[in-house]
Amino acid sequence: MKSLGVRAGLLSVLLFVAFCALWQVAVTPSASSGPALDPEYAKLMGIATQGAKSAMPGPLDVAGKLWDNLKRPFYDNGPNDKGLGLQLLYSIGRVFIGYGLAVLVAVPIGFLIGMSPLAYRALDPFIQVLKPISPLAWMPLALYTIKDSSLSAIFVIFICSVWPMLINTAFGVGAVRKEWLNVARTLEVGPWRRAFTVILPAAAPTILTGMRISIGIAWLVIVAAEMLVGGTGIGYFVWNEWNNLSIANVIVGILLIGVVGMALDLILARLQKRVTFPE
Amino acid sequence: MENAKTESDPKFISIEGIARRYPAPGGGSTTIFEDLWLPVQRGEFVCIIGHSGCGKTSVLNILAGLEEPSDGVVVVDGQAISGPSLDRAVIFQGHALLPWKSVIGNVGYAVSSRWRKAGRAEVEERARRFIDLVGLKGNELKRPAELSGGMRQRVGIARALSIEPKILLMDEPFSALDALTRGTLQDEVRRICKSTGQTVVMITHDVDEAIYLADKIVLMTNGPEAMIAEVVENPLPMERARDSIHREENYYAVRNHLVDFLVSRSRTFKAEMPAGYDRRHPPVVRLGCPPEAAPAPANTIPFPAIASARD
Repeated sequence: MKSLGVRAGLLSVLLFVAFCALWQVAVTPSASSGPALDPEYAKLMGIATQGAKSAMPGPLDVAGKLWDNLKRPFYDNGPNDKGLGLQLLYSIGRVFIGYGLAVLVAVPIGFLIGMSPLAYRALDPFIQVLKPISPLAWMPLALYTIKDSSLSAIFVIFICSVWPMLINTAFGVGAVRKEWLNVARTLEVGPWRRAFTVILPAAAPTILTGMRISIGIAWLVIVAAEMLVGGTGIGYFVWNEWNNLSIANVIVGILLIGVVGMALDLILARLQKRVTFPE
Repeated sequence: MENAKTESDPKFISIEGIARRYPAPGGGSTTIFEDLWLPVQRGEFVCIIGHSGCGKTSVLNILAGLEEPSDGVVVVDGQAISGPSLDRAVIFQGHALLPWKSVIGNVGYAVSSRWRKAGRAEVEERARRFIDLVGLKGNELKRPAELSGGMRQRVGIARALSIEPKILLMDEPFSALDALTRGTLQDEVRRICKSTGQTVVMITHDVDEAIYLADKIVLMTNGPEAMIAEVVENPLPMERARDSIHREENYYAVRNHLVDFLVSRSRTFKAEMPAGYDRRHPPVVRLGCPPEAAPAPANTIPFPAIASARD
């Protein structure tokens, strides 16, 4: 018997093939569907009457488009025609800046909140109200105050990433085991050294959990934000291809959004594993 | 006579009238213990025995500086303590190792806290020396999670000893271990402490552990409002071995005395306070010439073996 991993892999491939086959069948025009278009209308639109084809692309069309895009990922023919790789880089760049700023703000502030039960209690209501706000709701406010659509998108990423990290850091820092703190006290470890050698490593797994939740949300939000602000990015690409009625390109975009999101999560998962300690 | 002797010795540690009180539900306060006095000489191994709730862990935490007494003061080497200090190392009940650090990382952390300016190589060398001392050579790079309970506690001992404390404080350090491991660790601790003349205060609820390790055994009555009933001087010779300790003269006398205390006198002591009892000078008992009623006849096997079996 093969190992579980091999069998699972085989099953995955099988499911994928079955899905593609079903998809292909679903979009293939059948003979019984009769004349799909009024010949007059077809002539008007400049489409051939015979072989009425669904606007929905099949898996092979998508694969072809994907290949086209992967062949030339970084071309730039002006604002509405950029390579997919370039668009992805714009999105990833925005997420990294917004998310990076959020890390720089949320982790130290969360640290301080976690150290002080008073601050924790005092700030909790604000965090609880701000946390469930859809990040896109901030967009008009951001556009009005920042007056720059690209920066506004970054702000939206920032504001959606900050809360899970803030809450998890404060919680992780507040929940450091008392016996570890007592070890530091009996060794007369100063506050800074204690923060970096005891509290931070002890809270790191919880902090990383927050960071992982945040990167997931940030990647979800960037697509929507870019559809709103336009210009560049994978979200804008998808919206633009919808306007071009290129469903194949839309599907390619969707696929890549998934792949990049998975990669971002994997990176954070790897980091999380590194700081997690068995007890 | 005994009191006079203790008095004339320098009080290396002097517990002077400490108290521990907690606010009671519905106003007022619960007194766990108050007006506690106890001197400890340099190089002495002192065990404090008592039932749960008598505040013995609080006494140790106050000695460590982790807790403030509600009243009173502890003087160590001529100075009143205020907070924790590297002079007083603590071996915690639950080993309290930092799980993200290796064995050498944990010991090295203590070493580099003690000698802040020491170089990396110096710290490692010293940490290795103490890891050797507790018999963990070859396990330096393991994480605590990869070690057995006994090995973890050994790391805790190495960490405490590595900073060369003036006083070693132990809070039921072996209570979570199985009997066999506990025995070996007691041997090691006794060997190390005797060879270095370490001053030790240890909390325990194990009568046999106290008899084997201690020079003096402090008996605490039940809480709340616990007090030091007496200080028993261990009559066994300094050269004692675990496997032959039960053949020593006075072994059963002291063991029965301790067990009797835990079984009944810890409860009734307050009601039957001996005449002339002075909190500042708890009576010192040397068995063989007991000041009170003679203990149970020797050579009977006392019951129960471990006092903590009942609370």
